[in-house]
Amino acid sequence: MSSWIDVGALDAIQPRGARVLKTAFGCVAVFRTGEDEVYALENSCPHKGGPLSEGIVHGSKVTCPLHNWVFDMATGQAQGADDGRVATYPVRVEAGRILMDAAFLQNRSAA
Amino acid sequence: MVKKLVVIGAGMASGRALETLFKETSEDWDVTLFNAEPRGNYDRIMLSPVLAGDKTYQDIVIHDDAWYAEHGVTCRFGEKVAEINRETKQVMAENGDVLDYDKLLIGTGSNPFMIPLPGHDLEGVIAYRDLEDTERMMSMQPGQKVVVIGGGLLGLEAAAGMAARGVEVTVVHIMGHLMERQLDEAAGYLLRKALVDKGITVMCSANSKEILGENGKVKALLLDDGTELPCDLLCMAVGIRPNVALAKEAGLAVGRGIHVDDQMVTSDPDILAVGECVEHDGQVFGLVAPLYDQAKIVAKTLQGEEAAFVQKSLSTKLKVTGCDLFSAGDFADGEGREDIVFRDPARGVYKRLVIEENKVVGAVFYGDTSDSSWFFGLIKDGTDIAEMRETLIFGPNFQGGEPLDPTAAVAALPPDAEICGCNGVCKSEIVEAIEAGAGDLGAVRATTKASASCGTCTGLVEQLLAFTLGDAFDGSKEAAICGCSDLTHMDVRRLIKSQELKSQQAVWQELGWKTKDGCHVCRPAVNYYLLADWPVEYEDDPQSRFINERKHANIQKDGTYSVVPRMWGGMTTPDELRAIADAADKYSVPTVHVTGGQRIDLLGVKGEDLPAIWADLNKAGMVSGHAYAKGLRTVKTCVGKDHCRFGTQDSTGLGIQLEKKLWGSWTPHKVKLAVSGCPRNCAEATCKDIGVVCVDSGYQIGVAGAAGMDVKETERLADVATEEEAMEMIQAFMQLYRENAKYLDRPYKWVAKVGLDWVKEQVVDDLETRKALVERFALSQSVYQKDPWAQHVEEKAESYQPIANLTLEAAE
Ligand code: SRM
Ligand SMILES: Cc1cc2nc3c(=O)[nH]c(=O)nc-3n(C[C@H](O)[C@H](O)[C@H](O)COP(=O)(O)OP(=O)(O)OC[C@H]3O[C@@H](n4cnc5c(N)ncnc54)[C@H](O)[C@@H]3O)c2cc1C
Ligand code: SF4
Ligand code: FES
Repeated sequence: MSSWIDVGALDAIQPRGARVLKTAFGCVAVFRTGEDEVYALENSCPHKGGPLSEGIVHGSKVTCPLHNWVFDMATGQAQGADDGRVATYPVRVEAGRILMDAAFLQNRSAA
Repeated sequence: MVKKLVVIGAGMASGRALETLFKETSEDWDVTLFNAEPRGNYDRIMLSPVLAGDKTYQDIVIHDDAWYAEHGVTCRFGEKVAEINRETKQVMAENGDVLDYDKLLIGTGSNPFMIPLPGHDLEGVIAYRDLEDTERMMSMQPGQKVVVIGGGLLGLEAAAGMAARGVEVTVVHIMGHLMERQLDEAAGYLLRKALVDKGITVMCSANSKEILGENGKVKALLLDDGTELPCDLLCMAVGIRPNVALAKEAGLAVGRGIHVDDQMVTSDPDILAVGECVEHDGQVFGLVAPLYDQAKIVAKTLQGEEAAFVQKSLSTKLKVTGCDLFSAGDFADGEGREDIVFRDPARGVYKRLVIEENKVVGAVFYGDTSDSSWFFGLIKDGTDIAEMRETLIFGPNFQGGEPLDPTAAVAALPPDAEICGCNGVCKSEIVEAIEAGAGDLGAVRATTKASASCGTCTGLVEQLLAFTLGDAFDGSKEAAICGCSDLTHMDVRRLIKSQELKSQQAVWQELGWKTKDGCHVCRPAVNYYLLADWPVEYEDDPQSRFINERKHANIQKDGTYSVVPRMWGGMTTPDELRAIADAADKYSVPTVHVTGGQRIDLLGVKGEDLPAIWADLNKAGMVSGHAYAKGLRTVKTCVGKDHCRFGTQDSTGLGIQLEKKLWGSWTPHKVKLAVSGCPRNCAEATCKDIGVVCVDSGYQIGVAGAAGMDVKETERLADVATEEEAMEMIQAFMQLYRENAKYLDRPYKWVAKVGLDWVKEQVVDDLETRKALVERFALSQSVYQKDPWAQHVEEKAESYQPIANLTLEAAE
């Protein structure tokens, strides 16, 4: 069963921006696109661990700040010639608040 | 047996319910209809055409007296129902009359929401909901001023209607673009442009603070940035709230609206509700299409027939002449969603389809909405579009398409668009020259002078050749800016200037971008071009910058940051050094390094600590060294004539002056300076972007040096006698570079393209041009010479912290 927890206000994140969420198992990057969609991804780039939360957000993609790998935030899949994937987590917005699935966050280490 | 039906509210929803009911039977029901407005059911939607003068009230009446008489409806217009008594199944009118009902239908619509700003109760502050409001707006005379708060559907229809009457209208909208609930940014941009063309002033991201009055009457709207907008009438169109007061008092289940089930029955089995006052399955309503569906269900339920209300996709159109706009479904980005975008700048057309699992789930069209009903059908029916995906955006009549033409953006330019800024040559002159036989770049240069000076418009001229001559032209191709556009950097730069594009949306739309909001390659470049060309009108967008410039620190390979405070001209003091040492201790900085740029680098600072360490350094009088920026980095100096036995001029002083003038300016790439006190050149001035070597007779100014991936000696721009002249010329050079270079070209690369002679003409020979460049630089500095560290500490320190820390919660 999923239990949604409130991690903060949508407005706390810039459009086309991100904030990190600290969890017991590491950081999750929570993104907001130019059109107010949210995505939650593992913050660490599969290439060399770049913090994805600091990347440039364009459309529903993010570019890693260290060496410009581009990820589709919906699937976590690296685009183009690069090969790799970051974990994605269920997240949604309700009444201006960002909700994440606690069960998923706790299962991170197992995943 | 005839049953008594009392209806509260003669609106569009209850009106349709009665119509449907009477189609089946008029005999079974004895209907009494109350309405707070002193009239029966009219087409509220058409108030906007009435306001604009295209229709009269008579044209929009839905049910006239004859209709009510024919169906035996007892009309009590201008009378409100004051109370519902569910136990006795009675309603009480305002005048105290009590009526029995067998069934009660509530259709009270909604109330316009009035923001409780100070002054909202002044005379002349109105909403836009009914005929009275409309008439009030129609009484405004040409030249009078009206402010409309709210850039949604209603606000814009009100604004356009009044503007058509010659009234001076200003729309104040809190969000970044108009109609944000129905439109994406791109369509919002086009709409804004069309409204501005109609003479309406549009202010987005504007926050209302207070309504100012005089003798109890509205006088002006005050925004929270201090702007005062004088007005004779203020119309608030910021949203609606379901009108539930009566139902709530009667003890019916009410959330945002009156709760109804699929049969439109409220929590009381004898009471139904319909229209904007209801809440169905968590949803409230603001458009008539679903209300009409509800009305049909109401009629069936009253007749005891089975029926259920189902929510469907909705579409919106704006009823403003000349603004063809359509939006439907859900067009936000989302998991597994993809976009198909089509732009035709020449016709001002923008179309976007949002696809999910091979179905169209959302659509936004601007400029050409002719196929909108076909697309709306695809959304409603959930049609599988896999087969027609490639040609889908062209609509139902598509017959084998042509590939998109890379010269489309240039072809779309108006004939008087300026192509060559140096020589003032416009598109039509170039096209005429080509048509008269100038078949290549050289010939165009010779006949029109276009691209014969700085050469940055070469790409555009080549595209004009390609598009005028067709296949006959074989041009060399400079690479496009990125996959989002076929234009080169320099094309984009030229067009931003000549087409006066002042926002990212303007660039995406007018230049036919193929993506919605660019990518990490083009967006930083476009952001730079916009802020360099329009320092006042355009606002820098940190989200379009690389992380270093967004966080004003240099990201390290482990995700920490380095912090380098400015040391003007490489000079420091014991106090500054102590503050740096203290900061290094306090924030456990692992590495302290003396840089090659004559200052001190604190490496390995945690992202969360940035605002705090900056605040400490700020306190000691230090500002950001921009060691991360495409902007001014350092001005190295030598100790100069104060100390050195060979020194000829005050090299340290000039270096400090230069750094104080130039710091904070954004440039196409980083810029480094140095000033040496004599030709021994201890400050290495002859390999800098700009370097000054002091000599007895004055100052030798060199530019376009390099000592990074390429090593190159500076070239002499000029020798000048005074510090003032040196300062002026260097600022002019900076500005010329800022205005003309390609993003990520250091000055030496740019000068190689445009030629030192052309640069000299602008900043050395032509005093007028030099002065104008210096003035434009000063204007830009008035906006951008701010310490970003202090600004972030004050305004967004919070954003450097995690949004939440679940490790703490778990421990609690
Ligand atoms: C800190 C410093 C090295 C030092 O410890 O001395 C430094 C550090 C970096 N340099 Fe540099 N450069 C530093 C002086 C120089 C110099 C010497 C100078 O300024 O006199 C040069 C040669 C001159 C020049 O600018 O070309 C220099 C040429 C480069 C280049 C090559 C640029 C080129 O166009 O050829 C890069 C790469 C780039 O900018 O694209 C670069 C890039 C970098 C970056 C920012 C790489 C990056 O993007 O992360 C390094 C950041 C290190 C870090 O992790 O924080 N650094 N770099 C120096 C800072 C000076 C300052 O006070 O601001
Ligand atoms: C200017 C304007 C333009 C619009 N344009 C569009 C459009 O283009 N497309 C679209 O789909 N929709 C549009 N709408 C919205 C549309 O008009 C409404 O959705 C629709 O009118 C709602 O119908 P209703 O019957 O629920 O409420 P209403 O039509 O508001 O009727 C409710 C009636 O109940 C009366 N009432 C309230 N309380 C009481 C009481 N206690 N006793 C007696 N009577 C009471 C009110 O006076 C009112 O006359 C527009 C609205 C406006 C104002
Ligand atoms: S530049 Fe010349 S004057 Fe200045 S320190 Fe070096 S040698 Fe001395
Ligand atoms: S660490 Fe992300 S691209 Fe290299």
